[in-house]
Amino acid sequence: MSVLVFVEIKNKLSKAAKEAITYGKNLGEVNVVTYGNASNEVLSQMGDYGAKNIFVYRKINEPNDQVVSKLILKAVEKLNSEFILLSQDQTGKSIGPRVAAKLEAGHISGAISLPEASDDFTVKTNVYSGKAIAYVCVHSDKKVISILPNSIQPEENKVDVSISEFEEDLGNGRIKTVDLKPLGDGIPLPEAELVVSAGRGLKGPENWGIVEDLAKSLGATTACSRPVADIGWRPHHEHVGQTGVAIRPNLYIAAGISGAIQHLAGVNGSKVIVVINTDPEAPFFKAADYGVVGDAFEVLPKLTAAINNFKASQR
Amino acid sequence: MKILVCISKVPDTTSKINFVDNNTKFDENGVQYIVNPYDEWYALVRALELVEASGGTVTTITVGTSSDDPTIRKALAIGANDAVRIDADPTDSFFVAKQISEYAKNENYDIVMTGKETINYNGAQIGGMLAELLDMPFVSLANKLEVNGAKATLERDVQGGIEVVEVDFPFVLSASKGMAEQRIPNMRGIMAARTKPLNVIAPTDHKKLTSVVKFELPAPKTGCKYLDPDSMDELVELLHNETKVI
Ligand SMILES: Cc1cc2nc3c(=O)[nH]c(=O)nc-3n(C[C@H](O)[C@H](O)[C@H](O)COP(=O)(O)OP(=O)(O)OC[C@H]3O[C@@H](n4cnc5c(N)ncnc54)[C@H](O)[C@@H]3O)c2cc1C
Repeated sequence: MSVLVFVEIKNKLSKAAKEAITYGKNLGEVNVVTYGNASNEVLSQMGDYGAKNIFVYRKINEPNDQVVSKLILKAVEKLNSEFILLSQDQTGKSIGPRVAAKLEAGHISGAISLPEASDDFTVKTNVYSGKAIAYVCVHSDKKVISILPNSIQPEENKVDVSISEFEEDLGNGRIKTVDLKPLGDGIPLPEAELVVSAGRGLKGPENWGIVEDLAKSLGATTACSRPVADIGWRPHHEHVGQTGVAIRPNLYIAAGISGAIQHLAGVNGSKVIVVINTDPEAPFFKAADYGVVGDAFEVLPKLTAAINNFKASQR
Repeated sequence: MKILVCISKVPDTTSKINFVDNNTKFDENGVQYIVNPYDEWYALVRALELVEASGGTVTTITVGTSSDDPTIRKALAIGANDAVRIDADPTDSFFVAKQISEYAKNENYDIVMTGKETINYNGAQIGGMLAELLDMPFVSLANKLEVNGAKATLERDVQGGIEVVEVDFPFVLSASKGMAEQRIPNMRGIMAARTKPLNVIAPTDHKKLTSVVKFELPAPKTGCKYLDPDSMDELVELLHNETKVI
């Protein structure tokens, strides 16, 4: 079966790309389509995960929705692909539905598993903002699947790769990028494996230093509860939960967050949850793996020191 | 400016999620429905702000049954001019997008808006599908929208930063947090909503490409292990050796 994986590559192979190629390898022979100016050396690393043929379109450097969709559709036509795989990230969310609609192919967005071992093609996704899981069956011959970050363990599976350039000119889309304001080089929340988050219990934006210190010692990304973003203590893109970013890191540390149902909805996909709260009755403890009943102002610096000791002992 | 805002109903965010009929159906018992927050707080309110500033109309569109009417009236109470409901069960994204595109294709909207996703299916599919079916550009996950003459400027979060984009009309966008502030409808709005047009139209015939076979609740946590604030070394050791996340 022919599998087409769309990946985005800047200067190194992203985890999302490894996840999507690994997923594809489980379905059939993997062809990859990508865009931009990554070197052939970086592109060929996809062979380590099982990608056989790589097609790269070098005429664009930004993922314009209309151009990238056209690129994928051309590749699907040429390779007669049955499965089209993407990552459920910002780009995937704008491209996946376009491609699916054009192909009249069933679209599973946010797959968290490989297809079930059954006669029909069924894949699990998160629904109700992570409060439940749905088994979604696709009825069409072609299937467009976007994979939720941190759901598939990348597996090495080395094959020989061939890289070819996609020569045809696909024109321009109507959306023009006029500016890109970088937000620092931290790992974006949806992809983060380690997240340190804090809520109203921190009392004011001036107190976030202890949250950032812990995040820095762990190499974690910072997040916050909704009221904290709404009152402007932290930027909106840090707001996690049902109406913010949904995350599924390996470790989620929450300090001074009560654990309201809307907050839990976006974070309960985390593998391990540590809750720090002065109130032993805080609902978050029911969703936690480890709990510390205590003052965040005291516990966070102690935890940071413990992490630093641990890191030093690992060296 | 002529704006179409796609809205759908979702269970209130405090709803307990359960399933019936062998886990094939959502248990609606005691569930209150609201307008999907992304559709309402961000897309609809920003659309209203734009027409308040420079004229035009805001129409809402919903693929749903008569059980959607109360949430559609809520959108009218907040300020939409009129509403369209395509009378069908919205069980597959392609089906829904196709219904809306069939309606919208002859109406010459300048902007078609959706929320970034619904909080029940979290599919984030309708906007992109609509854009393709209507042959328009799609600005996904936009958190800022300004209109200046024949052009719109939008911002959106992308990997590693905030992207500022420009696009001419017409286009489709999906709205995320930041685009506008929630509005509470006032008494006058609620009264006016009762008589605003809600046009119910028949669906066109289209196939459904996906279906949900069953639902499942995530495995509950097995219980919390409590540690003393002075035992942070022990916590680190557990994270390293017991759960192996660091
Ligand atoms: C439609 C809707 C959607 C929503 N979506 C979201 C969402 O996406 N994400 C989200 O987060 N919320 C969301 N909410 C809000 C949610 O209901 C809660 O109000 C919010 O999560 C509470 O934030 P918090 O835990 O930071 O604050 P609080 O509820 O005020 O909790 C503060 C906590 O800090 C503890 N504390 C105080 N001092 C200390 C200290 N010194 N050390 C340690 N702990 C301390 C307190 O015991 C308390 O548990 C939504 C609400 C609605 C109605």
